[in-house]
Amino acid sequence: MKLYAKFFMMHIKSQMQYKTSFAFTFVGQFFVAFTVFLGVYFLFLRFDAVDDFTYQEVLICFAVILLAFSLAEMIGRGFDRFPMLLGNGMFDRALVRPRNIVFQVLAGTIEFTRLGRALQAIVVFAYIIPTSGIVWTWDKILTLCLMVVCGSLLFFGLFLIYAAFSFFTVEGLEFMNIFTDGGREHGRLPFSVYGDNVLRFLTFVIPLALVQYYPLLYLLGREESMFYAFTPVISLLFLLPCYALFRLGLSRYKSTGS
Amino acid sequence: MGSILAINIKPYLALFRIRFTNSLQYRAAAFAGLVTQFSFGFMFILAFAAFYRTNPDAFPMTFQQTVSYIWLQQAFLALFFLWFYENSIFESIESGSIAYEMVRPMDLYSRWYSVTAANRISRTVLRCAPLLVVALLLPHPYRLVIPGDIVQLGLFFLSMVLSLGVVLSLSMLVYISAFYTVNGAGTRLIIAVMSDFLSGGIIPIPFFPGTVRLVVELLPFGSMQNMPLLIFSGHIYGVAALRGIGLQIFWIVVLIIIGRLWMSRALKRVITQGG
Repeated sequence: MKLYAKFFMMHIKSQMQYKTSFAFTFVGQFFVAFTVFLGVYFLFLRFDAVDDFTYQEVLICFAVILLAFSLAEMIGRGFDRFPMLLGNGMFDRALVRPRNIVFQVLAGTIEFTRLGRALQAIVVFAYIIPTSGIVWTWDKILTLCLMVVCGSLLFFGLFLIYAAFSFFTVEGLEFMNIFTDGGREHGRLPFSVYGDNVLRFLTFVIPLALVQYYPLLYLLGREESMFYAFTPVISLLFLLPCYALFRLGLSRYKSTGS
Repeated sequence: MGSILAINIKPYLALFRIRFTNSLQYRAAAFAGLVTQFSFGFMFILAFAAFYRTNPDAFPMTFQQTVSYIWLQQAFLALFFLWFYENSIFESIESGSIAYEMVRPMDLYSRWYSVTAANRISRTVLRCAPLLVVALLLPHPYRLVIPGDIVQLGLFFLSMVLSLGVVLSLSMLVYISAFYTVNGAGTRLIIAVMSDFLSGGIIPIPFFPGTVRLVVELLPFGSMQNMPLLIFSGHIYGVAALRGIGLQIFWIVVLIIIGRLWMSRALKRVITQGG
């Protein structure tokens, strides 16, 4: 952990060397998220609600998923670029070092410009936390934190799967975007609006609904049981197969030799 | 105007062909892209279905028109979206290899234009057909419906070609701006995401609030994907469609003139470091 903190500081320093470039990319990332927000805003100027969720309630989903994704992408960017590490031989160098391989890939890249998207999420949080009408008792604050943290870990697990697949093939990995970018894009609305089949899939296969829809019901007081508050924790079970898949890929790894 | 258009077109066609066959090699990637776009399209449609369910009266177009809009948008993604920049152009300017291109007896503006056109068209050709076929076979409310009117279909094709022209002419301005900014990646990202939003990439322009919609429709952004997709779905027809096509031609001409003038000014002040 201490070592990671060191890498963290190092990446901050190196990215701060090019301040204007950093600032522009940061703002650019903000705008990527901002246009999506604008889309939601325009829709709700026209429609007051979707199913029985109001504008404020939908924005909770938007902000939770966006913040979770940008944190995961900032930290886990190394896995997002994993095919490149395999291709240029950097991964081979990492393998001979006496440190955990996941740690090395994580410490290798930290992309602070992604905080631009997180900023958009934080702006939205600043707006909805006081206006949503939710009484913020401790259990609700805890639920909201769990949604973001566990959501982030879930997206990280998806990046791990992406990396695991790239051990086997470098072509056609784009389909993983259905779950990573797709999760972020479609997560701006409560997953229940997409119908029962999608909700079931996102509950039992890729458990993104466990960090978004179910705890949201608890936040809004539509479900009283504490079980709904802790569904994000259950979703972490998903990380086990992710990691197993990554180990499987690793054990089958043959260097390209470059 | 005459001298601008009177150039030997053959070498540009050859360039186009090379790029085209080159991009056709990545078939597995194309298949993955297809599956991804299909899933995105389907989820977008389900989201609009939820809004429709909640309040059908607030819908600015029919649900069927929205469905057709989204399927076509996914099918022609590579044709319409501004964020598909040709990175080799930026690299050639930043690395200085642009100097080699400038000694070639080819007009740089037309060269870039044809290369980017080829890349966009080849990507689209690979991806659109299977997606369209699947979208045509879906059950009723989610199905892509082809307009029965042959005139409408013809106008759609014309408008689609023109919208590619608008997209290319606008992105040329972004390429040329790279002569002036050394580190423009962030700015280019902002321009791309804002243009994609304004052109109806995130929600169709008819869903914009009243005044915003009126302004955006007159800007070049309204002449991009918005026009052919709305013509196809039958939201715009007859005289309105012809007027839209006229506006598209207007923007292409204006943007090309601006681009060419700006390019010749930029090239005059280019200094390449030796080495």
